[in-house]
Amino acid sequence: MSRIEALQGWIDARFPLTSMWKEHIAEYYAPKNFNFWYYFGSLALLVLVMQILTGIFLTMNYKPDAASAFASVEYIMRDVSWGWLIRYMHSTGASMFFVVVYLHMFRGLMYGSFRAPRELVWVVGVVIYLALMAEAFMGYLLPWGQMSFWGAQVIVNLFSAVPFIGPDLSLWIRGDYVVSDATLNRFFAFHVIALPIVLLGLVVVHIIALHEVGSNNPDGVDIKKLKDSKTGRPLDGIPFHPYYTVKDMVGATVFLIVFSAIVFFAPEMGGYFLEANNFIPADPLKTPEHIAPVWYFTPFYSVLRAVPPMFGSQFPGVAVMGAAVLILFAVPWLDRSPVRSIRYRGPLFKRALAVFIVAFVVLGYLGIKPTGVWGIMPEGIPLLGGAPVATVAAQLCTLIYFAFFLAMPWYTARDTYKPVPERVTA
Amino acid sequence: MSDTQVDAGKRRFLLLATGAAGGVAAAGVVLPFVGSMLPSAKAKAAGAPVEVDVSKLEPGAQLTVEWRGKPVWVVRRTPEMVAQLDKLGDKLSDPGSDAPQQPDYCKNKTRSLKPEYLVVVGVCTHLGCSPTFRADAGAADLGGDWPGGYYCPCHGSRFDLAGRVFKNVPAPVNLVVPPHQFVSDTVLLVGADGKEA
Repeated sequence: MSRIEALQGWIDARFPLTSMWKEHIAEYYAPKNFNFWYYFGSLALLVLVMQILTGIFLTMNYKPDAASAFASVEYIMRDVSWGWLIRYMHSTGASMFFVVVYLHMFRGLMYGSFRAPRELVWVVGVVIYLALMAEAFMGYLLPWGQMSFWGAQVIVNLFSAVPFIGPDLSLWIRGDYVVSDATLNRFFAFHVIALPIVLLGLVVVHIIALHEVGSNNPDGVDIKKLKDSKTGRPLDGIPFHPYYTVKDMVGATVFLIVFSAIVFFAPEMGGYFLEANNFIPADPLKTPEHIAPVWYFTPFYSVLRAVPPMFGSQFPGVAVMGAAVLILFAVPWLDRSPVRSIRYRGPLFKRALAVFIVAFVVLGYLGIKPTGVWGIMPEGIPLLGGAPVATVAAQLCTLIYFAFFLAMPWYTARDTYKPVPERVTA
Repeated sequence: MSDTQVDAGKRRFLLLATGAAGGVAAAGVVLPFVGSMLPSAKAKAAGAPVEVDVSKLEPGAQLTVEWRGKPVWVVRRTPEMVAQLDKLGDKLSDPGSDAPQQPDYCKNKTRSLKPEYLVVVGVCTHLGCSPTFRADAGAADLGGDWPGGYYCPCHGSRFDLAGRVFKNVPAPVNLVVPPHQFVSDTVLLVGADGKEA
């Protein structure tokens, strides 16, 4: 027995190192037909690690103080050695995190990865998405620019629309009568300590749940049904390591090429990743001409704007926006189709998904623009005359967004299906 | 001990009693943490009333003061501006200021103590942006029939020169009139009523 093996034995007698390695990496059998869409899980993990590392180094120079936060970010950008690179990696990482996560979620919708027995994998994933939204929102306040300040002002005021407790709730969140130093300090605490811990814990739960039930695949075939009679391994499964570790390294390489291109050549991404107004220090007495959240929140922001105030309160808009996110939790129980993957689903689901994606993208686009972007509906049209065209479009897309989910039990039960093969296809 | 019979009922009782006592203790510990996030004594002190000298304010002009970190606008309305307020009735969603967005002493046609001086919190009742002062009646970009007032750049809400909200805009209610009083003819105190001060 070599010294290395002896050491391994010594550890294994005290900590399940080898068995954990086998269970989650070397002998975790994943379906052999993973395609392009299966890169985004590992990429999300890669971006999470990058955000934590760059974040740690940013806190070494950042000051969570309303009087010096803006200047400390400029200090990082101009005077700290390589500070610009670390800061741009972190800001680009935030947007790329959402790019990767949206594609990861779309993969799940397409291939039915939320279906039994993977409901909890999906549910935990939606919780991760919620935590990520909170993390991104609080992080955006920290540079203390105009968009940081007014974005936070708008979002915190959403809570004051809650009936009865609203004003006290938003006061409690801010810790002051307006977004101020107290707010900045607590958002810093949540952004760098509380939420990262929560996120890491949730990611572990997400992966443990996944490894308990096994990965889905583009065919939606259950690979655990057919196993090799001698070894007990799934016939269509291959060990995660080395097969998918190597494949994911290729994905990571391509991703990092794209990522570097953005960091080096377009870190502001034309105002989509870092908004122009955020290069002006926060001014509580002057609202910028046009306020829009960063692109990854705009679909939900559009939903908020699309709902008119009712009963002298804008709570309905806030509630509908909240419902737009929370409805994702229900997806595993809304889908009544006998198959998982889109490959064996019929025209109803395919069309519904296509229309849903178009509506989601249109909502995202409209959320970036002022409501006047498409002009005004001509007078004389009943009900809609005089309303901004973009508002009417956002209302239509909001209806489509909800119809995709709420009508899912109906159209998935009536759809036609192709037979699912026994084994995965090549 | 090993031979005695387990009293399941007693165990359940002890479990519940311990759990309940621990739960009460945990809830008690949560309170200070939740409370620590409320505005501090310093933040509350910074919310004290503010004095404003309006003697140098030109007719038709606006000045902005900070009260509790929010912009408060003081506008010295011209007689034409005040006259205009009467004509907007059917275009406003709450022309009579029925919603409690002002102290009772400002629930009148001009929403003010003196018709000349408008005092409002410059925060849009939609989502808290600060609307722009657009006294230029008839401005082309706001539609030729713009009577002068406030336009919110965030989501397009419109208010008249008494801070009353127009119909068919995102903001649900009129702008807030803060508690205020005149301590002399030209000095305003924002943040305190006559009663309290």
